[in-house]
Amino acid sequence: MQPIRLATADSREPSGSITKPDLPLTRRQFLKGSGILFGTIAITSPLALLAPSSAWALELKVLDTATGNTLLSFGRVLYPHANLPDAVYAILVKDLDAMAASDPEIARQLRDGVQALDQKAGGAFSKAKPETQLTAVKAIEATPFFATVRGKCITSLYDNEMAWAALGYPGESWSKGGYITHGFQDLKWLPAPPESASPPPYMG
Amino acid sequence: MAKIGYNDDSAVVIIGSGAGGGTLANELCQKGIKVVVLEAGAMQSNASFINDEWKSFAQLAWLDPRTTSGSFRLAKDFPGLPAWICKTVGGTTTHWAGASLRFQEREFKVRSEYGQLEGANLMDWPLTLKEMEPWYAKAEDKMGVTRTNGIPGLPGNNNFKVMYAGATKLGYKEVHTGNMAINSQPRDGRGRCLQLGFCFQGCKSGAKWSTLYTELPKADATGNLDLRPESHVTRIEHNAAGKVSAVVYFDKDGKEQRQKARIVCVAGNSIETPRLLLLSASDMFKDGLANSSGQVGRNYMRHMTGSVYAAFKDPVHMFRGTTMAGIVRDEAGNDTRRGFVGGYEMETLSLGVPFMAAFLNPGGWGADFTWWMDHYAQLAGMWLVGEDMPRETNRITLNAKVKDKYGSPVANVHFDDHPNDVAMRNHAYTQGERVYEAAGAIRTFRTPPYPSTHNLGTCRMGASASSSVCNAFGQTHDISNLFISDGSQFTTGGAENPTLTIVALAIRQADHIAGQMSRKLI
Ligand SMILES: Cc1cc2nc3c(=O)[nH]c(=O)nc-3n(C[C@H](O)[C@H](O)[C@H](O)COP(=O)(O)OP(=O)(O)OC[C@H]3O[C@@H](n4cnc5c(N)ncnc54)[C@H](O)[C@@H]3O)c2cc1C
Ligand code: SF4
Repeated sequence: MQPIRLATADSREPSGSITKPDLPLTRRQFLKGSGILFGTIAITSPLALLAPSSAWALELKVLDTATGNTLLSFGRVLYPHANLPDAVYAILVKDLDAMAASDPEIARQLRDGVQALDQKAGGAFSKAKPETQLTAVKAIEATPFFATVRGKCITSLYDNEMAWAALGYPGESWSKGGYITHGFQDLKWLPAPPESASPPPYMG
Repeated sequence: MAKIGYNDDSAVVIIGSGAGGGTLANELCQKGIKVVVLEAGAMQSNASFINDEWKSFAQLAWLDPRTTSGSFRLAKDFPGLPAWICKTVGGTTTHWAGASLRFQEREFKVRSEYGQLEGANLMDWPLTLKEMEPWYAKAEDKMGVTRTNGIPGLPGNNNFKVMYAGATKLGYKEVHTGNMAINSQPRDGRGRCLQLGFCFQGCKSGAKWSTLYTELPKADATGNLDLRPESHVTRIEHNAAGKVSAVVYFDKDGKEQRQKARIVCVAGNSIETPRLLLLSASDMFKDGLANSSGQVGRNYMRHMTGSVYAAFKDPVHMFRGTTMAGIVRDEAGNDTRRGFVGGYEMETLSLGVPFMAAFLNPGGWGADFTWWMDHYAQLAGMWLVGEDMPRETNRITLNAKVKDKYGSPVANVHFDDHPNDVAMRNHAYTQGERVYEAAGAIRTFRTPPYPSTHNLGTCRMGASASSSVCNAFGQTHDISNLFISDGSQFTTGGAENPTLTIVALAIRQADHIAGQMSRKLI
């Protein structure tokens, strides 16, 4: 199996250097999981640079494809970012699948929850109109299923380099020598404070 | 590293190696006193620190279980994580931001200044600013605090530029890059700040003071220190005379050990310190050690806190550079026309994307939430920190229903905001928003308190043994060779970040302990 390498937050070594670990997003020809999600990242997206291939596939351990797709859509309704590709939301599905694989109770909660979403949407939630999806999600806001998925979103969606790049956060700065020579005071649209309030940096 | 035998009962045993414990250890070692430091956390270094919020959190934070109760919002947002404290050699001085402010004169005597306030257990410190001044001076020199000892202020980053522009437009006068225990230029064998922006993740450059790479190695160099990382204390023992005599702990191999002691100093931060005294209850001390007043664990304070984030049309990149080098001090006084007693500080603050997602609006979701995340590069941020009211009912207790891996009941943190805290927070939110509006903000947001970074007051010092746990030197009223050596000693909280005061008290306590030892009083 030749995994597509997408850098995630697991990748920063104590030294501050970055190695790109293997996300279980695999090339399409080697699929054997119980569910499979596919997607592409637009070549024009700057995020494509963080993924060596623009086509990705996610093999699920216990969840089926329809459940995976619904959870991905659910993630998009919870945290809608126009400029985040599905590949980021697929990390959410991957993480939920891993939770389900180690805890049958969670697996059951996710399957039941997805069913409830479909039911509230009056058909397949993942294919429903945005307004219908939002109404369906609001209807289940008080459930443990909602809490499980929403809670997981915080780390799955926002603790990976694709999201950071999309939101303008570069991550570690140690390997670049910090911001002392990289724009820590480059804001130009306000006047610079006087030296009494903000002395010049010591440059040796 | 000295090797002090388990049965050697001549040493001072310090529990915890953070601001209080690490400083005390060095001060005692410098005076030729043998010291054993037992630290629950592991040893890290500047090289092993990680520029990544969650990974660093996993490396440094105290993650043993705790529980919460009470009406404060944290009990809902983070029921298992009431406090943001470290478990590592150096304690929370690895994570801390470095803001180092002295208390104001009135903050040592708030009962006299504010009067009796319903629902608040106000008391004057058994100390005055005048008495503390020489110790503050020593602490500032030791920690290399900017704008003291001829050390220049730090250069302001983009986040500070926004704060400065808004605050001065609003008419605030005392606005600068703060008094920070961060080297603005090389000092004390450590380099200058590289503006990494990961101050909360352990400073990789070593510019920020932490006991991990200042006090502890200096103590070690005297040959008097026996530092034992990964040593979790579960109990303090006493002899028939009612003096503490030994400390029981689990070492890094999970083996139970007993270290004899001449003196025991507890510096586990204000949740673990009272927990340990309560866990050490015995036939002689049924309510826990040093608890004849019933005040152990009570008067828990966490400072009035909150944050304001503001979005601007143009980029700010607040994450670049020192996390907290920026302050507005004009609201720190006591002006009851604002509708509350005490004051607060406004300090720059920045979180990375991972922590912003977790803390901006815990539980929040939907397009409104993502609007803020989408504007991350255009955000400026500040933290509000002010004096909160001590209450007897805000309290650390043992939760017998939940045990840690050593089988000890965990700490439960109970907290209800005092109406004064709520009034102050609302005022501070409003002023914070006005600062950013004056600088041209397009939107502002009121972020609720983070898990508590300042934990104080649970073994307060006081003049009377019936209403406090320890005296002005942190020496417990009940047991003369048992000391409280961290922020638990605080009688009241002041508006200022507490660590400079913790360090000053530790230096002063070392002097007292050495004096009493040489006079054979303890
Ligand atoms: C993100 C963040 C930013 C902060 N910024 C500032 C700031 O700018 N200015 C400021 O003044 N303060 C700041 N603080 C607070 C500051 O870190 C604390 O006030 C200070 O470190 C407290 O010192 P301490 O000695 O009481 O406890 P700590 O430094 O927390 O040390 C306690 C140590 O005791 C150990 N311990 C506890 N129980 C046991 C046990 N049973 N056995 C063995 N060891 C034990 C712990 O593992 C820990 O290492 C900040 C805190 C955080 C989290
Ligand atoms: S900004 Fe300065 S103090 Fe903060 S981590 Fe970087 S070098 Fe250390």
